[in-house]
Amino acid sequence: MDLTFNESESAFRDELRAWIKANHPGEEPAGEDEGYAFRRDWQRQLYEAGWAAVHWPTEYGGRDATLVEAAIFNEELARARAPFPANVLGLLLAGPTLMIWGDDEQKQRYLDPIMSGDEIWCQGFSEPEAGSDLASLKSKAVRDGDDWLITGQKVWTSGAQYSKWCMLVARTDFDAPKHKGLTYFILDMEQEGVEVRPLRQITGDPEFNELFLENARVPAANVLGGEGNGWTVALTTLMNERAGLAFGLQVGMKVALDELTEELAASGKLDDPMIADELGALHIKCEILRLTAYRGLTATMKYGQPGPEGSLTKWMWSQGNQELMQFATKALGPQSLAGGSNWGRSMLRSRGNSIEGGTTEVLKNIIAERVLGLPRKK
Amino acid sequence: MNFDFTEDQHEIKRTARDLLTKRSGLEQVREAAESEAYDESLFTELRELGWTGIAIDEQYGGAGLGVVELMILCEELGYALAASPFLSNALGGLLIEHAGIDDQRAKWLPGIASGEATATVAFASGGSSAVVPDADGAAVIVLIDGDAATLVARADAQVESVSTIDPTRRYASVTASGGEALPGDVAGALARAEVALSAEMVGIAQRTQEMAIEYAKERKQFDTPIGAFQAVSHRCAQMLFDTEGARSATYFGGWAADADESQLALGSALAKAAASEAALSVTASSIQVHGGIGFTWEADVHWFFKRAQLDAAMLGGTGQQRARVTRLTAASLAAAGGA
Repeated sequence: MDLTFNESESAFRDELRAWIKANHPGEEPAGEDEGYAFRRDWQRQLYEAGWAAVHWPTEYGGRDATLVEAAIFNEELARARAPFPANVLGLLLAGPTLMIWGDDEQKQRYLDPIMSGDEIWCQGFSEPEAGSDLASLKSKAVRDGDDWLITGQKVWTSGAQYSKWCMLVARTDFDAPKHKGLTYFILDMEQEGVEVRPLRQITGDPEFNELFLENARVPAANVLGGEGNGWTVALTTLMNERAGLAFGLQVGMKVALDELTEELAASGKLDDPMIADELGALHIKCEILRLTAYRGLTATMKYGQPGPEGSLTKWMWSQGNQELMQFATKALGPQSLAGGSNWGRSMLRSRGNSIEGGTTEVLKNIIAERVLGLPRKK
Repeated sequence: MNFDFTEDQHEIKRTARDLLTKRSGLEQVREAAESEAYDESLFTELRELGWTGIAIDEQYGGAGLGVVELMILCEELGYALAASPFLSNALGGLLIEHAGIDDQRAKWLPGIASGEATATVAFASGGSSAVVPDADGAAVIVLIDGDAATLVARADAQVESVSTIDPTRRYASVTASGGEALPGDVAGALARAEVALSAEMVGIAQRTQEMAIEYAKERKQFDTPIGAFQAVSHRCAQMLFDTEGARSATYFGGWAADADESQLALGSALAKAAASEAALSVTASSIQVHGGIGFTWEADVHWFFKRAQLDAAMLGGTGQQRARVTRLTAASLAAAGGA
């Protein structure tokens, strides 16, 4: 066991830390569009310095970073309170999915603009009637000469208003069993058949969108992984969704927790043993999340897949972060819920944590069936 | 970064599991609990295998390995719920080795390493402690009162057996006046002991989780294995969540003890808090999954639940660890802010 970084990991961290320090873009401006443009510029900066996609193989312009180095990248960004690059879905999901399922032409065409942020990607999976039960999705693709015409509705598509491309899963065979009739498309968002409507969430911000497709046209060359193979390709995307983010999320939680600790110490509230107790419990959860994420990472590097602990980090984070935010507003009092305080907004936003990227209930089903080997649910 | 045991450490874990499966099955645990007496031959076997001296320096007759190796044995002994004075002896040894001076080490550690003259440790107030594990059979008792630790020879103390809800381990009350101080790093020594104790609780949580899952696969109601019902399967997923979190914290504490003492105070507090909570919640939850059977004397899950109660209460409860984590974090933030 060695819970320190080795020489090359330390060198990676030091180089990155120095670069972020010299190039930190400052505070993100308020407003959805302004913030997005700011993160897009930041990605361009990362790209030009070769930091935009450290976990990608060098042949596609990445650094071939190890899993530990990729974790360090997320930790260092979060620690420096530097933003994540704008095209996060492209970098974490679309890119790796293209590398596995794309043909040479597709890789050549799409990967570099993902990295530079020139072409933003969004994810068209969930539908109003197909959330946790994704394979029941109904968006319909019919053949029209060399093209497909797609009609249907998608929801929770973050960044759709900025996107050039969408990872879209639609049904191409209505007679096949539900997992078999799906196909994965690369959809051009800039066309008449695609309408993006902002979806206002409980914070009041429109972080997500609804996507309405009316005979949206996709050339057959833009099928990824073959007709009828959409479920398998989508799983590649979903696996990446769960794997990559734990470290950045953990550090985000740690930064918030440390801020809260300092605020409570400054106001003397830390002397209240009930507050000290709850705060201690949260620090423990946050550290356990970090340690468990590293255990999963070691197992993946040594044995090719995470052990039982690997399925737990998303659940640990969402539960811990929600508890943290609720505790923060309780401990800080009503002023934390008034204008000018970020805690109220963060607390509202945290309610999404146990829903986005797989609900806690579905994660528990997956753990029960695949990790614990319990019989399939009735 | 490598958060995994070495091949040697994995081998220790496998060997311990194999031996304890044969020598300390649930029938043997039940026999020890119902007769309120240890099977002496089990401890003799552990002594002869050199387990008792695993983390003690070679100059005192130990194997000179680390807290990580000791932790591995403690986890397996917890998994088996072995009825023996192993843990108390190991914890006493850690206190004397890391908080004692050479004379004290030379006097007591060889007996602790060989298991022929065992030690134990407990929190005390004014020289007395109501519940001390294995004090009656011990040669030396370490009493910790606040920041101070006092070493008392068994012969100089009043020791009376007490029965607790946990019949898988022997307990006694201890009263002593005098004794000699352990003048070294009591906090660091105690932190190591907390890690070893936490490891036993990780083993307890792991075993009762497995028992619940096995039962949930077999037991049928409404013509269906109960593990197919989400109310049951989600409870089992929660057991994995609690157990693995406690394992992460405990292994971190063990690593810090051996490799980075600057993180030991935090690591041991994380371990003790997380392992206590996991052992309490997982054993209770396992009784629930077993249903009516789980509440009977005949089922074995209650032995684990009972041991977990005593372990969680030993060497400071979760509240103390949480308060310590808050203090440590606030202090390090203040230091970073002031620098």
